Amino acid sequence: MNLLIIAVAAALVNNVVLSQFLGLCPFLGVSKKINTAAGMGGAVIGVITIASAFCSLIYDFILTPLDLTYLNTIVFIVVIAALVQFVEMLLKKTSPALYEALGVYLPLITTNCAVLGIALTNVQNGYNFIESVVAGFGTAVGFTIAIVIMAGIRERIEDNDVPESFQGMPIVLLTAGLMSIAFFGFSGIL
Amino acid sequence: MLRQWEVLQLNKCIERLYNGLIKENPTFVLTLGMCPTLAVTTSAINGIGMGLSSTVVLVMSNLMISLLRKVIPDGVRMPAFIVIVASFVTMVQFLMQGFLPSLYESLGIYIPLIVVNCIILGRAEAYASKNPVLPSIFDGLGMGLGFTAAITILGALRELIGGGTILSTGSSALVDFTTMGYTPASIFILAPGAFFVLAMCIAVMNRIKKKHGMEPAQVPDYCGKDGSCASCSNSMCGGKAMIEAEAKKEA
Repeated sequence: MNLLIIAVAAALVNNVVLSQFLGLCPFLGVSKKINTAAGMGGAVIGVITIASAFCSLIYDFILTPLDLTYLNTIVFIVVIAALVQFVEMLLKKTSPALYEALGVYLPLITTNCAVLGIALTNVQNGYNFIESVVAGFGTAVGFTIAIVIMAGIRERIEDNDVPESFQGMPIVLLTAGLMSIAFFGFSGIL
Repeated sequence: MLRQWEVLQLNKCIERLYNGLIKENPTFVLTLGMCPTLAVTTSAINGIGMGLSSTVVLVMSNLMISLLRKVIPDGVRMPAFIVIVASFVTMVQFLMQGFLPSLYESLGIYIPLIVVNCIILGRAEAYASKNPVLPSIFDGLGMGLGFTAAITILGALRELIGGGTILSTGSSALVDFTTMGYTPASIFILAPGAFFVLAMCIAVMNRIKKKHGMEPAQVPDYCGKDGSCASCSNSMCGGKAMIEAEAKKEA
């Protein structure tokens, strides 16, 4: 039950994009079409879940015993960068079909602040290994929900007559603001 | 009397400052580093704190990367840059925790996340890794101050509309409109307000740019006129990386 609460809170209540503003670059940059948005979402789910697991293990079994917890930012970012490279190579070798579908998004994820953000929040909240993985997975699902909805709305906006000054970035940000208000409704469920 | 070389250097440094503050302002013109821009701008003080700490990291990492630009092998330059930036961020984090604990508390997780701010890695890749030390320092300073100015303006606007105060520090404020009968629209200091205020600021910028015959701000994936990213120097931008990856796939 506790795990369910962590997952729902991470996915909907504290939505990573719309209330914590993490991972905004891909949210704004890769949300032009629903297909690419879904692909990005899939890749993010994979990477964040694996990265949360690894970072949690490294924090508990390497950094804490050695009293090096203050190095967590440096260690986590290096681990995440290496992990993304490794996942990319692994996918290329073992599953070319999956690589075709998700591979192009992997390089984008290394510097996605959501991945590092989740790893650091997990440590801050004192989550154990399983809780970290669940929180990571929930967050990534929340990201996917947000980016796919955003892509759907943007496909519709294409056909509309937007005032000149609001074309491009401003209208997308306004849309995100309205979505953020909608997601505020979830804060009552926990 | 300044020698010609020194005059050239000086001109270059001033040009870098102007470039960061106005011409390529990272927030309003390039729309980079959106995460901290939106997350910490609930008040002007937070904006200044975040902006200045990013500026320190930007200047120090530009300095370091420019010094090491001939030593770092091309193949591993990204990881090397990330480690350099992360080291400076950790130092700034400790200094802030020690000397400005209340600011540290209110900026929270966004201090370590300066590591993945695209402005810093973008400048490292686009400028510091190719240019001498002095212009790189001024490039970092210009970009950092441009970022600070932008997020301070955003923070001040949100604080004014959403909290009814100017330069509030939690306990006291420079001007407090709530005591004069103003009811704050608190949605502006919540998450949605961040998106709305930034959207309005960029819309105003677009209007100004239009008057001067410049391109309006676009969502990163099609900055170029023809949908290409060829002319862009920001290698950390999601859109650019994706277009390059797609081109590689087709080839």
